[in-house]
Amino acid sequence: MAGGFAESGADLELVGISKRFPGFTAIEELDLTIPAGSFFALLGPSGCGKTTTLRLIAGLEEPTTGRIYLGGKDVTDTKTYRRPVNTVFQSYALFPHMSVIDNVAFGLRRRGIREARALAHEALKLVELDHVAARRPAQLSGGQQQRVALARAVVNRPALLLLDEPLGALDLKLRRQMQIELKVIQGDVGLTFLHVTHDQEEAMTMADTVAVMNKGRIEQMGAPEELYELPKTVFVANFLGQSNLFTGPVVSSGKDSIVVDIGGRKLEVPRERAQRHAGEVTIGVRPEKLQLHGAEPKAAAGTNVLGPGRVTDVSFSGVSTQYQIAIPGLGTVSLFAQNRDVGAVLREGAEVWVSWDVAHGFGVADDPADGPRFDPDDDTRSIAVQRREKLEAELEGA
Amino acid sequence: MAFGAFGGSPATTPASDAAPRRGGLIALFLLLPGAAYLSLFFLVPLVSLILTSFQAVDPNAFEIGKFVYAFQWQNYVDVVTTYWPHILRSFGYAALATVLALLFSYPLAYVIGVKLRRFPLLQALALTLVIAPFFISFLLRTLAWKQIFSDEGVVVTALQALSLLGPADHLTGTPFSVIFGLTYNFIPFMTLPIYTSLERLDLRYVEAGGDLYASPASTFLRVTLPLSLPGVVSGTLLTFIPASGDYINASRDFLGSTDTAMIGNVIEANFLQLQNYPAAAALSIVLMAVILVLVGAYVRRSGTEDLL
Repeated sequence: MAGGFAESGADLELVGISKRFPGFTAIEELDLTIPAGSFFALLGPSGCGKTTTLRLIAGLEEPTTGRIYLGGKDVTDTKTYRRPVNTVFQSYALFPHMSVIDNVAFGLRRRGIREARALAHEALKLVELDHVAARRPAQLSGGQQQRVALARAVVNRPALLLLDEPLGALDLKLRRQMQIELKVIQGDVGLTFLHVTHDQEEAMTMADTVAVMNKGRIEQMGAPEELYELPKTVFVANFLGQSNLFTGPVVSSGKDSIVVDIGGRKLEVPRERAQRHAGEVTIGVRPEKLQLHGAEPKAAAGTNVLGPGRVTDVSFSGVSTQYQIAIPGLGTVSLFAQNRDVGAVLREGAEVWVSWDVAHGFGVADDPADGPRFDPDDDTRSIAVQRREKLEAELEGA
Repeated sequence: MAFGAFGGSPATTPASDAAPRRGGLIALFLLLPGAAYLSLFFLVPLVSLILTSFQAVDPNAFEIGKFVYAFQWQNYVDVVTTYWPHILRSFGYAALATVLALLFSYPLAYVIGVKLRRFPLLQALALTLVIAPFFISFLLRTLAWKQIFSDEGVVVTALQALSLLGPADHLTGTPFSVIFGLTYNFIPFMTLPIYTSLERLDLRYVEAGGDLYASPASTFLRVTLPLSLPGVVSGTLLTFIPASGDYINASRDFLGSTDTAMIGNVIEANFLQLQNYPAAAALSIVLMAVILVLVGAYVRRSGTEDLL
């Protein structure tokens, strides 16, 4: 591959990949196909094996079993420096002893491309950093370093570009901006991007296809909306956004829906949205799909109702307000309400009912006991808790 | 707790407005011991040495070793014209020993600092072995090499048996044994700074090199070596400077002969045997000046000021 540019992105195919380190297994029997030209995100908590997967594809690690195909060619035994793959490292790994332009031209020069310098300047223009070409990486801000790292990888026109949480070190505003820029660049250059991240929002906004990874396996894969609206496992339901999950036995099974007994209440779930149709099943609904009622709503076909319960926590987060509602015999239900009116409508301790459209429910394939409920650091609730702690610390300090 | 005093608890922080002025005074005060040390043990001897180098023979004294203060700059001309072969030899031997020590030490430091990272116990052991020779006086170690290289020793007999060395040839007293001794004695001084550089080397840069189509050899030349250059520069300085002034390895009592005498041996002879103090002092100044010029050019050339 050395010497030429990839005309376009290439398919990546992982077949039966596993990676064992002394003492633990990072990846178990992984099969994955990424079509050429797509923006693919591998999403998972730290330690789920996503970075190891990336390193295997880059050639920085060798798989214990399995093969890696790139554009139909087996590259499993190809050395790193011969693979038409480039990585944007999490730490950027910009060479500190070289100027920005030398960093960007590094890959081109190693492949003996004559106009390395001109192409490097072009790549720097793409990330709007041509004016800092002569500086050293240490003289740049984090966001600028990140863009240089991106230019250094993109300039080589690799068949596959690997991004290892490249936005992790940036602040929220810069991250949003870079997400948009990355997406634009991917569209411009038409390469295959494989983006590894633990930020579910980042994965959903940027990628065409998201694969949720947990404990060395891919739990579910699909378009972001599909994954969010119809999670198939408890892990996906909780890692990708939040979910209210209930477990109970199926009491009747119709043509279009199944009915599950949850603590004496009958909840209906569409048949095609449930993974299991008999025995103990776990069903769920997203917090923003719930309706809040101050009085018991009239029972209607196509609606599930829970209540009465008490509001135990109200947290206001600008666009919406999150309510925690304790329902006797069921536990706590989480609910997002749009702030169409001014201020929070309900106070703590209020008696409420919740309802949702049957069509919004889903049934997952496993039980919550199989995997602990996982709260990513960057979900709305954690951010609210962190803000409050910070504020309290500030008030104490004053 | 005694350590608590160094913790810098907020309660002891001085008021912010008074801090800059007081900080300046404190800095000056803290510099005092260092400045006193330098002037007493470096500046005073240096001035004394310079004064001695211009001294002339006392016309009224009959025994040798009596001099008066003068401005006899011919001392410098005399020593340089008399001893220029020794000066050249010194820097030649020192340069060769530095290159040889570097060739030996870099791979050694690389193995200890990079390859043994995953085995901390082995790494510590290897480092101890590098320092281990220091536990024995270097005079004894150098004498041991004289024994090994002696005409009855294994090395000479073996080389003669292989006809690589003639029956009348020796190893001791040759430039070979002197340069060998210099190289041997300074290897730890070369290894340790390079090790320190390589031990801190972030291997992600090496991975990035491979990711950007650089072969392992190319990655070494363009990434690893430049990033460890500060260690190489300090190691070569720590070897070259003392090696060019060394007078043990090249002395007749150890690995050298009169043919291998270095500038250190000449200074020693002038000071201790000939009692020609001005000549010895002038030679010392010449040695120092040449080293300063060479080192200055070297550090500037290697461009490692910002990495140091």
